[in-house]
Amino acid sequence: MTSIVRNVDEALAPITDGCLLAVPRETSGVAMAATRALIRRGVKRLHLVALPTSTLQADLLIGAGALETLETSAVSLGEFGPAPRFTAAILAGAIRMRDATCPALHAQFQASEKGVPFMPLRGLIGSDLMAHRPDWKIIDNPFGNHDPVALLPALKPDVALFHAPLGDRDGNVYIGTQRELVTMAHAAARTIVTVEEIHETDLLRDPLFAAGTLPGFYVDAVAIERRGAWPLPLPDRYGIDAAHMSEYGQLAATPEGFTQYLERYVYAKRAA
Amino acid sequence: MPSARPEEFHDEELLADVICRLIGDARHIAVGAASPIPATAALLARERANLRNTAKPYVSLLGSRAHSFFTDGSRELFDCAGQGRVDVFFLSGGQIDGEGNINLVSVGDYEKPKARFPGSFGSAYLYYVVPRVILFRSEHSRRTLVPKVDFISAPGGSPDNVVRPGGPIALVTNRCLFDFDRAQRRFRLASVHPGHSIEEVVENTGFAFDRLPQVPVTRAPSADTLRLMRNVVAPLLAEVYPEFARRVFGVAVPLSQAHA
Repeated sequence: MTSIVRNVDEALAPITDGCLLAVPRETSGVAMAATRALIRRGVKRLHLVALPTSTLQADLLIGAGALETLETSAVSLGEFGPAPRFTAAILAGAIRMRDATCPALHAQFQASEKGVPFMPLRGLIGSDLMAHRPDWKIIDNPFGNHDPVALLPALKPDVALFHAPLGDRDGNVYIGTQRELVTMAHAAARTIVTVEEIHETDLLRDPLFAAGTLPGFYVDAVAIERRGAWPLPLPDRYGIDAAHMSEYGQLAATPEGFTQYLERYVYAKRAA
Repeated sequence: MPSARPEEFHDEELLADVICRLIGDARHIAVGAASPIPATAALLARERANLRNTAKPYVSLLGSRAHSFFTDGSRELFDCAGQGRVDVFFLSGGQIDGEGNINLVSVGDYEKPKARFPGSFGSAYLYYVVPRVILFRSEHSRRTLVPKVDFISAPGGSPDNVVRPGGPIALVTNRCLFDFDRAQRRFRLASVHPGHSIEEVVENTGFAFDRLPQVPVTRAPSADTLRLMRNVVAPLLAEVYPEFARRVFGVAVPLSQAHA
């Protein structure tokens, strides 16, 4: 069997313009090196689903003009303040926003994972989120007595993209306790993973790894990107680069500053 | 080491102490995104129980590796809450109104907003299913505490036929503490923080609220509480809230956090 390990640009080929792309939250392993590669390639009109929230990744893609639609529960830079390009784009009406709430997105991915058309969820009734999401419905619980409950449709991404500590030559990827990455891969038509390093033996053969491993069966491509989540953290490997996040927050506050950021940290690699 | 004099404390320390008392007995206290003061309070509650040798509450800090027992990814918090296994949670809002509705989305018309906040996070679910939700908003002003929110991320109450074991019990601000009466869907002024006045609270609150005939002054944190917060809790906070830990408690950011 030929290895599914690719270089990052080759691995990202399935993320085409207009693609429905699923990505994880900041602390679960965000493929930032791959995100910069997508911006360098000039990807457009993405429908980005961040499960369930996003920080720098969504803000960078919005600022770079790569997004048409954003579907998530929140975007901010956490301790480093509001997400400036997200805020500006919403106020300018430059992107279509589908506001969600965290467990609703989890439920929608789980519906897809199970191959069922929808999942029910408590809460939601009386929230204005429902009013702006015509695809979310309320029914009377058929097993109850006058018990309204929300139903959320299955969400099936074209591609799931994330970063993980280890992958092997067969595309098995160690994700540890970040189990929503498994659900993302189950739900998506294709899954692309960047990893810190290649583990030279089969991850599924070692029971300690196997319990935290996404089988290569669900993985279409693996690319090696050392510090591939930088400047965001990777669980158990490295923390957030606080100085860089502050610098981003300051630069991205204006369109000119954001352009400088792109030149310095995104496009510079192409020139190098 | 000289003991901290009670009159010397940060607003954040007072608020964490107030929130810690509101937490009361709990088996599981969960803290969501962008909640450094509730995180301080939750860890304080755990460390106090530790000192008293009573049952320690489980504390789950979103985004923490050290202070979280979850192994089922980021959905486990919500599943756990749905099972009734989260006793206390914390929510804030860009706007909060007198019926306990919270707005984490936008100001003005949703389609053409005048201001945009990050988004609803898990509020449109957790507000309904966690029995004791403590609202916190350190900016107490007519801009944040409004007559009616522009967007309801999550409502303060629900019709009787909506299954809703959870909801707000209180609102903590930089000026005062409000209780929440779920049946009436109204706040009641419970105490005013040291250095603030009832008049000032009325002046800066955009919604109507009830009040006790005699409104007490919020109890200041004791020297023991301040010591516990500063010496034990503060270093733990730095994992998730390095900037907050540095600003409020002067905790140096650990090297592993500072470098990518």
